[in-house]
Amino acid sequence: MPRAFTPKVITANHLLEGDVIYMTDAGAWTRNLAEAALLTDEADADLRLIEAQQQKDVTVGAYLADAKAGDDGRPEPTHFREEFRRTGPSNYFHGKQAEA
Amino acid sequence: MYQYNDFDKAFLAERNKQFRAQVERRIDGSLTEEEFRPLRLMNGLYLQLHAYMLRVAIPYGTLNGAQMDTLALLAEKWDKGYGHFTTRQNIQYNWPKLKDVPDMLDALGEVSMHAIQTSGNTIRNVTADHFAGSAADEIADPRPVAELIRQWSTDHPEFQALPRKFKIAVSGARENDRAVVKAHDIGVYLVNNDAGELGYQIIVGGGLGRTPMIGKVLKDWVSQDDLLSYLEATVSVWNLLGRRDNKYKARIKITVHEHGIEEIRERVEERYKAIRPTFQGFDVELFNEIKTHFAAPAYRNVPTDAYDAAYGDDAMFRSWADTNLTAHKQADYAIVTISLKKHGETPGDATAAQMRAMADIARKYGHDELRISHEQNVILPNVHKADLPAVYEELKAHDLQTANIGLISDIIACPGMDYCALATARSIPVAQGISSRFEELKLEHDIGHLQIKISGCINACGHHHVGHIGILGLDRAGVENYQITLGGDATNTAEVGGRVGPGFAYDEIVPAVERIVMAYLELREGPEETFLETYRRLGLAVFKPYIYPEAQAAA
Repeated sequence: MPRAFTPKVITANHLLEGDVIYMTDAGAWTRNLAEAALLTDEADADLRLIEAQQQKDVTVGAYLADAKAGDDGRPEPTHFREEFRRTGPSNYFHGKQAEA
Repeated sequence: MYQYNDFDKAFLAERNKQFRAQVERRIDGSLTEEEFRPLRLMNGLYLQLHAYMLRVAIPYGTLNGAQMDTLALLAEKWDKGYGHFTTRQNIQYNWPKLKDVPDMLDALGEVSMHAIQTSGNTIRNVTADHFAGSAADEIADPRPVAELIRQWSTDHPEFQALPRKFKIAVSGARENDRAVVKAHDIGVYLVNNDAGELGYQIIVGGGLGRTPMIGKVLKDWVSQDDLLSYLEATVSVWNLLGRRDNKYKARIKITVHEHGIEEIRERVEERYKAIRPTFQGFDVELFNEIKTHFAAPAYRNVPTDAYDAAYGDDAMFRSWADTNLTAHKQADYAIVTISLKKHGETPGDATAAQMRAMADIARKYGHDELRISHEQNVILPNVHKADLPAVYEELKAHDLQTANIGLISDIIACPGMDYCALATARSIPVAQGISSRFEELKLEHDIGHLQIKISGCINACGHHHVGHIGILGLDRAGVENYQITLGGDATNTAEVGGRVGPGFAYDEIVPAVERIVMAYLELREGPEETFLETYRRLGLAVFKPYIYPEAQAAA
């Protein structure tokens, strides 16, 4: 039995800035995970990932990251790596946490 | 220090120009990421978790004040005001923007620095004993040969696409190895042969990472005339023989393990015989020229009264002097280690202001020389004892006076998951937690020499295998988990530590370390017996009940 598909977001690093970006419902890019599209359909997710990977002037290393819907319905990380990517390092108040 | 000649300057300028054009082509879309990635890696540019990261080489950890000032400039102008010194004597900038990197490299080029071969499957930055040229216990200064190896390996046409990265370390103090020589792909010790001639012992196949191995002796003594051809033969044999089918089995340690040291030695000898005639003495001429750059500074000859007075009167100065100074080959000089391990702070980080302060102190009191240690501290290798009180005061003004060298809070930690894309767990907060805890306990001077080394993944940039206490951060079912090893040794008696048992959760790791250290204090024969000595005397079985008290209670 193939494993059931779990919700995902599309994420990458930005080519010029190097920082973490997420794909929105409209197919644009945001730096805020809460604004990302939470993808629950596997075929849709795979197609959107191909689109993301083709945007070579914007994205580097696009991939599908596991996410879940938070209380407000917006995506939240399920793994600590994605938690750090959306927040920034824990030793300094740098990165996304400082830019919010 | 080595001074770039016209060739070096022209080479570097050309290389930087090339990379600038490559960055432009990546930005305008003419290069894909797949095409650009190997090019940026060859120039030290990574893409990490939150941003690009630029790794700048500090060859054999040696730099002068002007170079340190430029490192500060980079931190301030193109980063967030700080830099991170690494276990390969490099510095990393965690937040550069892609378009700024060519400007950063040009600024480095102004002071004869670069980021070439700080990544990729090439021969990486050559490391050396950070006390080189000043240590009382070395037979000769390893920096000239380290520079020779740097020049030979930089852009070496045969070695630009090796099976995997390749790391070389050099030390002139085999009996007191401070460069972890035996954990390198090739380790080079300066040694005398039976006739008393200076040459090199070649160690091969050491390395940490997924499969930790202590290097083996490949050849007991190689003369200066034969050194580069012998090194070239060794890398060349591995280049053809090393596995390219599996990157985890590609390093030379695996090649040596699979083929055996005898077969490798035979193959190297054969290759050496073939290529030796192509080395027609230019390498020796070059070495002799390089050596002239490393003459000892003009040591001062003044009384040491100021030092003696401060040592007698000022308890804080005395504690710092007892902990952070090392014997210099000149009796009235000292080697100063500046700790970048303030309790609760990030190991190896320095702000731009601190870098400038260290550069100033080096110019004023240290014959304009600085070193970076693989232990992530900064060294002033040549300070007259009379100047030590003034140096201490200036360090204090910049929060650089922490007296903890070789103690439990002098922790090596890789960037871990706070920055690194490869990491499986965080390292920095674990180091911060341990150093803060032992500062609270006010115990570290009683505990004495104890090295904790922390890696945030199996690649072992934090050298955890050779820590007296090693900590490895892993991802276990989506949660950070930390494995402890004990009994590792990074010196000439190098040894890989043994795993103690099940790992610990993030909030359990600091208490677990505390239990180990408390057990040591209880079990040691006296304050003169170090942690490692006690551990070697008693073994894991005696420590284990202290590490896992619940298991003990349940039994």
